[in-house]
This record gives sequence, C-alpha cells and structure tokens, in this order.
Amino acid sequence: MKFTEPQSQEQLCKYISRLRAGEPFDDSETLTKSSSGSPLASLREFPCLIPPSMADPSESKEEGTLRKAFGGVLGFFILLLIGILAFSIRLFSVIKYESVIHEFDPYFNYRVTQFLTKNGIYDFWNWFDDRTWYPLGRVIGGTVYPGLTLTAGSIWWLLNNLNIPLSVETVCVFTAPIFSANAAWATYLLTKEVKGTGAGLTAAALLAMVPSYISRSVAGSYDNEAVAIFALIFTFYLYIKTLNTGSLFYATLNALSYFYMVCSWGGYTFIINLIPMHVLLCIVTGRYSSRLYIAYAPLVVLGTLLASLVPVVGFNAVMTSEHFASFLVFIIIHVVALVYYIKGILSPKMFKMAMTLVVTIGIAVCCAVIAILIALVASSPTKGWSGRSLSLLDPTYASKYIPIIASVSEHQPPTWPSYFMDINVLAFLVPAGIVACFLPLSDASSFVILYIATSVYFSGVMVRLMLVLAPAACIMSGIGLSEAFDVFTRSIKFQLPKLLESPPSSAGDTNVIEDKAVKIDNKISTDKSENIAKERPSRKNRKKEKEIGETVPNKPPSTKRLLVLPLEASAVAILLLIILGAFYVVHCVWAAAEAYSAPSIVLTSHSNDGLHVFDDFREAYAWLRHNTDVDDKVASWWDYGYQTTAMANRTVIVDNNTWNNTHIATVGTAMSSPEKPAWDIFNSLDVKYVLVVFGGLVGYPSDDINKFLWMVRIGGGVFPHIREPDYLRDGQYRIDAQATPTMLNCLMYKLSYYRFVETDGKGFDRVRRTEIGKKHFKLTHFEEVFTTHHWMVRIYKLKPPKNRIRGKLKKSKSSSKTSSKNDGNSRKNPWQ
Amino acid sequence: MAKSHTNDAQALIRSLRSAYAATPTNLKIIDLYVVYAIATAVMQVVYMGIVGSFPFNSFLSGVLSCVGTAVLAVCLRIQVNKENKEFKDLPPERAFADFVLCNLVLHLVIMNFLG
Repeated sequence: MKFTEPQSQEQLCKYISRLRAGEPFDDSETLTKSSSGSPLASLREFPCLIPPSMADPSESKEEGTLRKAFGGVLGFFILLLIGILAFSIRLFSVIKYESVIHEFDPYFNYRVTQFLTKNGIYDFWNWFDDRTWYPLGRVIGGTVYPGLTLTAGSIWWLLNNLNIPLSVETVCVFTAPIFSANAAWATYLLTKEVKGTGAGLTAAALLAMVPSYISRSVAGSYDNEAVAIFALIFTFYLYIKTLNTGSLFYATLNALSYFYMVCSWGGYTFIINLIPMHVLLCIVTGRYSSRLYIAYAPLVVLGTLLASLVPVVGFNAVMTSEHFASFLVFIIIHVVALVYYIKGILSPKMFKMAMTLVVTIGIAVCCAVIAILIALVASSPTKGWSGRSLSLLDPTYASKYIPIIASVSEHQPPTWPSYFMDINVLAFLVPAGIVACFLPLSDASSFVILYIATSVYFSGVMVRLMLVLAPAACIMSGIGLSEAFDVFTRSIKFQLPKLLESPPSSAGDTNVIEDKAVKIDNKISTDKSENIAKERPSRKNRKKEKEIGETVPNKPPSTKRLLVLPLEASAVAILLLIILGAFYVVHCVWAAAEAYSAPSIVLTSHSNDGLHVFDDFREAYAWLRHNTDVDDKVASWWDYGYQTTAMANRTVIVDNNTWNNTHIATVGTAMSSPEKPAWDIFNSLDVKYVLVVFGGLVGYPSDDINKFLWMVRIGGGVFPHIREPDYLRDGQYRIDAQATPTMLNCLMYKLSYYRFVETDGKGFDRVRRTEIGKKHFKLTHFEEVFTTHHWMVRIYKLKPPKNRIRGKLKKSKSSSKTSSKNDGNSRKNPWQ
Repeated sequence: MAKSHTNDAQALIRSLRSAYAATPTNLKIIDLYVVYAIATAVMQVVYMGIVGSFPFNSFLSGVLSCVGTAVLAVCLRIQVNKENKEFKDLPPERAFADFVLCNLVLHLVIMNFLG
C-alpha cells in the first residue's frame, strides 16, 4: 500500500483502519505532521482514531462526545477522591494523639487567630503585643504575615454564621489538610496547562501524598506553609494560563493570587524572582510574544502595589534587592516589545539603520544608568538584600555572620537520605519528566523546567525549602509518568488488534502473548490501587482525543514517527510502573503515620508495660497559668516563647520570632553565667520565673543542655565576657566530672541538675550518657517551684533580695565569712 | 560622517512617521492615552524630585497608577490590533471588558494605598 500525504480526513481514516487491519506497508512511509503545523494536536479533528468500529466519521463524532463526557465525569470523581486522599492522609496525628496544635510556631499563629476572632479585624491590624519580648513588645499587626490567620479566621466566622459552632482550635487544626486538598487540585490545573489532563491527574495524585508536603501540613501544623504552597501553585497556574491564552482577565486573577501569596509567606520572593527569570529566558530563546507581555507587565505593576499593601512588606516591595529583578525585566520587556513593534512597521533596511543609531546612543545611556544604580546599591552594607535572602544565595553566609539563622535546625542543608525520605520515587522520575518537557518545548514547559532547576538548588541550601521542591517534583514526575503510560498503552493498543486477529496457525507464542496482554488488561482493570485511577484517564485519553501532541521525534527531525514499542516490553513496563507507584504509596503512608505526625508537644514511647505518654510541657504551662500572677514574667530560651504565651498566658522575654538578637543574647548570657550575675540580669528584666527544659531523666534529646552551645555562641557574639573556650574541654561541651568549672557553675547546669542526684543516687544523664560532674549543690538565688512528672520542664523562681544586709559593706576584706556552701561572693553580696 | 548620520536619522524619522500614519484611528487613540499616562507619571516624578517623597505611599500609588493604566492600555492595544494573528478570535468587546475590570482592580488598590 503506497502512502501519500493525506489530503483529507477520509484518506487518513482509511490509512489508520488499514494499519489496524495489519496490512503491511513500506517502512519509509511515515505519518507526517498535518499541514496546520501543530504535531498531532489536530488529531482531535480526526475522530477515526477512536477504535475500532468507528469507520464513519459522523457517527464517531457522537460517540466521541459521549466518551469525552464520560471521561470528564470520571476525571471529576478522580479529582474528588484525590482531594479526600490529601485530606485524610494528614489525619494520623489526630487519630494517634488528639486534635492539638503542634510544634512552636503554630502556637503563635493560633494565639493571633484567637485574638482576631475575639476582637475583630481593626484591632488585629493595630495590635501591639506587650506580653512578649518584655520590655520591648512587638507590633504584631506590622510584623506578621496575615494570610494564614485571616484565612482561618474567615473560615471560623463563616462556619459560625452558618450555625456550625466549631471552636477556633478545631478550625486551626484542620486548615492545613483542607488547603492541601486545594493544593492538589491546583497542581492538577497547572499540569493540565503544561501537558494535558492525564499528566494533571497524575501530578495531583502524587502531590496529595508527597511526604515533604505532608511534613509541613499535617493536621495540627498550623503554619504559614499550609496555605502558602496552595497560593504558590495557584499563582503559577494562573501565570501559565495567562501565558497560554493571553487573556487580561487571567492576568488580573494572577495578580490577586500573588497578593494572597504575599500575605501568606515570606517565600513570595521566590515567585517574584522566578517569573522574571522565565520571561528573560523566553526573550533570550526567541519565544517573545505579545502573550508574554500581557502575562508579565500587569503582574509587575499590580503585584508591586498589592505587595506594598501588606504591612509586613510595605515599602520593601520597591526598595529591597529581592524585587529588583522584576523591575529590571519589566524595563527589558518594554524595550523588546518596542523593538518588535518598530521592526513590524519599518522596512528591513530602515530597521537596520535604526538599530545602529539606537545602539550607539543607547549603550552610552545604559552605562550611565547602570553606574548610578550600582553606586546606590553598593552604598548599603548588605547591598540591599535581607539576611535571609543572602543566606540563601551564599549558604555559608549565615554561619559566619548571623548565628541565629544558623542555629535553626530547619536552616541546615539537607542530607542525601532526606531527599529519598521526602520525595521518594519522584527523585528519579523527575529527570524523565524534564526530558518529556523538551518534547515539545513550549512556554509552559520551559517554565516548569526553570522551576524545578531553581527549587532543586534552593532545597540543597536549606532543608525547609524541600517544601518548595515538592510541587515541582510532583509536576515533573506526573508529566514523566503520564508520557510513559501514553507510550506503553499506545504500543499495546496498536499491536493488540494485530495480535488478536493473527491467524491461529501461529497460535503457539502469539496466544501466550495474547493471554499475557489480556491478563495485563485484566490486572489493570482489577487492580484497586490509586494508580488505576491515574492510569485510566490516560487510557481514556488515548481512546478519545489527546490534547497535546505525543509524537516523539526519532532520529531525523524532518519526519516524525509514532513511537511504538514491542508489545511484551510495554506490558511488562506498565506492570513495573504500577508496582513503582505502589511502593510510593506505601512509603508515603508510612511517612505520614510514623515520621511526620508527632505533635512534639506530647511525646509517647512504647515499653513492655504499654504506652507511656509524656505530657510534661502542657503540665508545666498549666501550672504556670494557675499558680502565678497574670503579670509575672517568665524567662526561658527562645524556643518556648510562643508556647508559653499561648498556653500559659504569661509574658515572656524572648520568643521564636528572634527579631532582636541582643535580647536573645542577654538571655543566653544569663543562662551561661554563674548564679549571681544571672540573677542580676534577670532581675533587671523584671523576670520572676525561669523555665528550663531538661531531658536527662527520660532521654529527651532536644533539651536546653543540648541547645546550650547556641546560648554561649549567641551570648558571646554580643557580650564578649562569655568566651566559648571556657566551656569546652577538648573542644567538646561536657557535663561530667571532666567539665570545666565555668560550665559546672553556670546557671543552665545548675537549674537542670538541681537535685537530680536524688532520682537514682548517681545522677546518670540519659541523654549525655554520663554521670553529672557536680552532684550536690544548693541554689542561692533561685528556688525550685515546680518540676514536672518526668522532670522534663523545671520552673524556678527568683529569690527576692534580702531585707537586711548583714555586716559592713565597705570594709569587706577583714570580716568573717558566712557559712554558705557557695564559692566566693561573701561580703559584697547583699543577697547572701 | 555626521552628515550621513543626520541624513540617516531624518530618513528614519520620515519612514517611521509614514509607517505610523497608516495605523487605524482607534489604535492611535489608545497610543495617545498611553502617552498621556506616561507624561503624568513623569510629571509626578519631577514633582517628587522638587518637593521630596514624604508620603511615600502616595507617591508610589500615584506613579504606579499612571504606569499601570499605561501598561493595561498597551495590553488592550495588543488585543484589539487586527494585525495580531494570535488574537483574531477575541472580540474587541471582550478585550475592552477585561481592560475595564483590570483597571477597576488597579484603582481599588490605588485608592486603598493612597493613604
């Protein structure tokens, strides 16, 4: 059968049906691209691809719409199930423990939400909080990202007005799972814009379960990322949609979604730098189009304005270096647009003349402007960048200059195993997706490639930014998986009829192959896993119309062949891909259940006599709440500040916001000093109670002694009389008999180990695994008021100064010493 | 050398003028609006240079509103231009409606930010 270029639809249909019938044809004849230019996207106009009885095009159109409708309904139900899956996989902590808010930061957000729901939005915007960072206070209205609290507050308000009386805590706990379902749907929309429905459903299913996202959005983790990731993906989706359609309506929506992202998280600078980077990439690779202008220019203007509206950002939106990239590319895209416009209206000769003129003048002007700009930027010490952004660009910056940023465990670089823990199977599906994005390369797929490249870099700098990598990895893997399924199922589909219609004389192995193929089909149809849901739409897709071209160019770029693999290989490959997906699901469920569901305010351990629950934190905060005055100040290390203000409702000195390094250094110095100087420091801050977390009795490793090195470093960074080598023996912090005397006398040691020897007679610290150095000592300036059940939280009260000062003050050297067990400090000490 | 340059420049300007005269009237109106908006923005910047930028949010909102409407008008011009192949399916009424909507959002934000 000789094949010529199909001149009409009927010819092509005849060709396809002959192919089905298995007629041999010359290998050199290939299915060429249709004349309209887009590879196989116009296949939707050839409904004869629908098997097998559709010989008549008019009949096939009807069946086509029916299948399309069926596919649409199926897709809708799949999306619904994905949303339910995303919601329910995050509920492990509620089931295993209780509906409680986790960690530290969510308690602050919870307290702010409580204030919002109780006092209304105007008081919230103007709120000055005097119960934290005593005596400085904190302007909450101007320093908090309001997106999360406003979202949860409006959900609570809406439900209460509908007479569903959920408490604020319940709404806060369940905000994150709801928004992760939304994020999965947003991923579907985004990937659909890039590659098609099949890829979209796959990516949505992957995102619903990816452990990296689960870790920050589990039920109870009421933190900014819970809504910010949804806002991020949705903003990207609207940008790609505007880029694909060129509609100003979507550009407006894009700006509004960007506004929501700015409200929610400090990571919005990622968007406002990634999108200009992508625009620049498009211009440089010659893909400039007017849709690009419509997608970018209104976003910059409207986005900058909307970002300045948020009080936290304010004028930083126009003055910090993080936003300069967007302005620069704004200017560049106008120049490029002008050049294209003039090129369009001038003749080529005139245009060349214009270019030479402009280039000579323009270069001079440009140099002048750039020189001014560089002078302006270089005059500021950090060149206009904030500390956090600098530590992202230069990973070693924080450890050299800002120890507070370096001390947060989330800011450490991730290890290799954490990649496999957090994105698992996606780690090696991403390269396949990247390759699939290049075939063919469109504006949208170049954007996704840029997104994954930058997010991989940033995830390598800080472990908490693995969260930004997760959606990119899911999108890429979804694209890769979907393309793979396309190729395999297409191979099976095209070769199966030939196989089934083959004459029975060659039944020997063809039957086996046929059986295997049928078995595979059965297995596919009976398999109950999630992968069925994502495999079926791709099968349905190939049955109705494909949305994006699927031709894979073979060797010569001039002709394009439909890639068809051998039948057995593709059947086995589909089976293996399904097993891969099953491994992924098992890992995700395990990670969600075991690794990421711990509320960290309640600890459990299994022993042979059952489950032990360590509820010491809440015990201590409840004691504080009920046994102290409302205005009493509590000093502790900054980790526990948010929890103390939220649960114990007492004023604290420093908390997790860590905005004032000197104040934290003051507390750190106090903890590292001997008792008397520490008492002086705390007394000057009006502190009444000191709270210390101690894990030595039960083996809780995140206690204050393990954090002590940061107290010394941060304190020593501001107050030079705290020298780190004073506390080190052989370069290590020790608390046993080999410890330095400075260490054995410092406040943190004494408050942690006071009376510790009474527990087991030897003072064996289970975390450091040694016996402590100084076992019997008395406290002179502090008294112990409360120790929790497992000795995890210990609360001490500052002793008031004595009323009478014994003996003479001035002539101290000759007087008799008092019989205190403490060293030094005899005569001059009025508190003895 | 300079004479040929000036001759070139004059020829260039003449050809630009003749090419531009061929554009339809509605596009010329939009271009006029863009020029007006940019001129207003430049005037505001000059005023800021003279008087100082004290209520910075007012200055920002003023300048950005001018720049914003200019950008949106350029987008409208792109969508309405009959020579643009990509937008031949878009009815000009829809383009104008989008333009109005985007301007509404822009000016709402401006009014909020103006202080």
